Amino acid sequence: MALPALSPALPEILLAVGAMALLMFGAFAGEKSSRTVSFGAMGLIAVAFLMLLVAPKYGTTFSGAYVLDPFARLMKLLALAGSGFAILMSLDFARREKFDRFEYPVLILLATVGMMVMISANDLISLYLGLELQSLALYVIAAIDRDNVRSTEAGLKYFVLGALSSGMLLYGASLTYGFTGHTDFAGIAAALKAHGSSLGIVFGIVFVLAGLAFKISAVPFHMWTPDVYEGAPTPVTTFFAGAPKIAAAALMVRVVIDGYGPIAKDWQQIVVFISIASMVLGAFAAIGQRNIKRLMAYSSIGHMGYALVGLAAGTQQGVESVILYVAIYLAMTLGTFACILAMRRKDGPVEDIGELAGLSRTSPVLAFLLAMLMFSLAGIPVLAGFFAKLYVFMAAVKAGLLGLAIVGALASVVGAFYYLRVIKIMYFDEPKPAFEPMPLELKVVLGLSGLFVLGYVLIANPIGTAATTAAASLF
Amino acid sequence: MSGWPLLSIVTFLPLVGVFFVAIVGGEDAVAKNRIRMTALVTTVFTFLVSLLILARFDTANPGFQLTEKAAWIGGYFNYAMGVDGISVLFVILTTFLMPFCILASWDSVDRRVKEYMIAFLVLETLMIGVFTATDLMLFYVFFEAGLIPMFIIIGVWGGPRRVYASFKFFLYTLLGSILMLVAMVAMYWQAGTADIPTLLGHKFPAGMQTWLWLAFFASFAVKMPMWPVHTWLPDAHVEAPTAGSVILAGILLKMGGYGFLRFSLPMFPLASDHFAPLVFTLSVVAIIYTSLVALMQEDIKKLIAYSSVAHMGFVTMGIFSGNMQGIQGGIFQMISHGFVSAALFLCVGVVYDRMHTREIAAYGGLVNRMPWYAVAFLIFTMANVGLPGTSGFVGEFLTLIGAFQANTWVAFFATTGVILSAGYALWLYRKVVFGALEKSSLAGMLDLDRREKAILYPLVAVTILYGVWPAPILNTIAASTSALVVKYQAAIEAVTKTAALTH
Repeated sequence: MALPALSPALPEILLAVGAMALLMFGAFAGEKSSRTVSFGAMGLIAVAFLMLLVAPKYGTTFSGAYVLDPFARLMKLLALAGSGFAILMSLDFARREKFDRFEYPVLILLATVGMMVMISANDLISLYLGLELQSLALYVIAAIDRDNVRSTEAGLKYFVLGALSSGMLLYGASLTYGFTGHTDFAGIAAALKAHGSSLGIVFGIVFVLAGLAFKISAVPFHMWTPDVYEGAPTPVTTFFAGAPKIAAAALMVRVVIDGYGPIAKDWQQIVVFISIASMVLGAFAAIGQRNIKRLMAYSSIGHMGYALVGLAAGTQQGVESVILYVAIYLAMTLGTFACILAMRRKDGPVEDIGELAGLSRTSPVLAFLLAMLMFSLAGIPVLAGFFAKLYVFMAAVKAGLLGLAIVGALASVVGAFYYLRVIKIMYFDEPKPAFEPMPLELKVVLGLSGLFVLGYVLIANPIGTAATTAAASLF
Repeated sequence: MSGWPLLSIVTFLPLVGVFFVAIVGGEDAVAKNRIRMTALVTTVFTFLVSLLILARFDTANPGFQLTEKAAWIGGYFNYAMGVDGISVLFVILTTFLMPFCILASWDSVDRRVKEYMIAFLVLETLMIGVFTATDLMLFYVFFEAGLIPMFIIIGVWGGPRRVYASFKFFLYTLLGSILMLVAMVAMYWQAGTADIPTLLGHKFPAGMQTWLWLAFFASFAVKMPMWPVHTWLPDAHVEAPTAGSVILAGILLKMGGYGFLRFSLPMFPLASDHFAPLVFTLSVVAIIYTSLVALMQEDIKKLIAYSSVAHMGFVTMGIFSGNMQGIQGGIFQMISHGFVSAALFLCVGVVYDRMHTREIAAYGGLVNRMPWYAVAFLIFTMANVGLPGTSGFVGEFLTLIGAFQANTWVAFFATTGVILSAGYALWLYRKVVFGALEKSSLAGMLDLDRREKAILYPLVAVTILYGVWPAPILNTIAASTSALVVKYQAAIEAVTKTAALTH
């Protein structure tokens, strides 16, 4: 009797059960099984991806606490793609760096389940459930290289700050419940519509948004990002930069639009502040970075700021632009990390951007694609990153947030400087010794990402239509 | 043939060349020559095809012709192409100059030839696209994407301070145009379309025009470049390879003037009228100040770069005078400066390839060893000065007539710039070419070889031809220009009338 009602959550159930089975398998088969477990995990993700594709358009379960709509479906597909590629990209690293822990893919699977719950959450309880499942898995993943001081330090920092932010989120959620009497988003929205805003609600929103801002590493809750990005092993950073951000961004969109929608004025100013602070800090703080992972950390802070520009608009078009922004960002970031993972010489991986010197002569294709990714991250036209920025600016200007769009535009000029520096090092400087040849799976990821970034201009229409449908389902 | 999307073909033809260049394998001299030949054939072929545009262009029609349209980005923006009297000649100028750029880099670029040619061909596509796009966002994409290949060209094949120059070029122009992007988005929401022909008929509210005008001005003034945001240009010119300078001076600078004509003047007439005194002031300062700065230069390329800024001052002055002569003169001056300054940089390239220095002091008495070179250089110098009989005269004179009608003082001060330009140009010529050949390093200089003759002679012919017979250019632009002027004046009159009525 309960089974049909669970159908919207079937992919999640499959992943959860599969993760436990793989954990058992790994525990009994020992450390050597990590490769098999990785492939098993990727297989599960692929099956879940297909299940989502054929799933019915709408569905709710758990008494409405869990929804599947076009928005959830699209964001889940993106998150699954991010997780799947992250496991794929860790294979070569695991083999070479003796980083073969079978727990790693299993934890990614569990985190992915958490993300999918977050994306589908339609109630403060399921929101917290998904968020914590994801976060707990991420804390462990950050510290997975347990013999490495930097990795454990990263994990600990992430855990302490993350626990604090979860606490804030809970506090905000309880305030919201106290002042509206509901935990489900529809109920909250109805209560707010009837009674309007109050000081308690505003406090609640501030705390909820603070907790969520931590998860997408937006200023002023970004402090953990550079340290975790730098300290964690590179495949872990790759994972952190992609899927979790998508899930947290999706959650944020759903909470503020579906839950706090009627009092948009109250949360809009918070989002505008977070957005401006992230864009500006992401642009300026990255200038001094020499470590490419740290640089990407600040870059991701900036990019989340841009995604929030769309959210600040609070319109259907704004949501559409957020979806497109995170989708394009995911493609760019996966490609960039494929390049970073390829930065290795005989005696191990290198992370200083100076090591890229003269890459255009030692491996021209890699250099060209990385240069295109950098131009795209900087938002130079014809490349996908430009259109991402264009969408959010369009939404912001239409919603009357002209100032926000101008600040974003100016910050992108500052940001362009450090992306250009990476290109300068690759193209203008004298070459350093070549990197080791790139493993096939990284080539595939980089190739796909490069094709997307360069060809987006041709496929902008169908992708835009998908985002429009997804955004419409929230309104 | 008439059903073919001619403008798209011309715009994207260079990309076909990119494909062929990319598949040439090998690093040896044979492969390099193959790459050069492929690039040359592509650019020449593109030029020939672009002449078809001219053949099918109806000069009596002031509107957009050869239009194409297709859906592009989510219903907001379209892929729309078209040319009118204002843009058609810039397309031809671009395709005309490209083969010279490839030829100019034949021997001087011997490092990473493949990447170089790819960058140039991609750049050609983007530059043509700027002039053929009739959709706001399509225009912006072409306008801005050109930064990528130009950044690489300056940074990889440039001189000793190339990194500084490339960054300055990139960030300066990006800063200018990103504000234009926000303005374009605002225009789209206000007018409900990004279609340029429709926007040309749209009346923006007066208050909004001011802001939009300023945002567009930020972009085009940097690109033009106008004083005081011109400082990226001398750096970029000095460090860029010869062909890079040719493209910069010949075409990229014209995008600013084209932008003023395409957007600022017709779409924001009230703001243009309001800010015309500002533009006049900046133009006059540019003409006089940069001419004086040019007098003090020790580097040949830098001198020509400053002279470009001064000449662009005439263009902005002519455009914002808002009358037929001024605008026609501005366009003519841009076209003429397009090949004259390109030719001057090519002349510098000729001696630079032999001596590897651009110091004026390192030269002198070249006429003794290089008579043909001296003749060609003289003609271009005279055209740069604006001597009657060369194409430089026509544009300068027309802009001065236009400015005189708008404001006598502006014309007065601008005319002193003509004298100053004679000063620095002749001084440069005397130092480099005349006098006795005293420096021993110059004793072995050879005169123009076949390739260099093939580059410079056609440009000499064009310079004199259009100096003596400017009618073909003026007739092509006449219909569109007069439509622009009529609309501009009508918009201003309408406002003055309402103001008079309310008093």
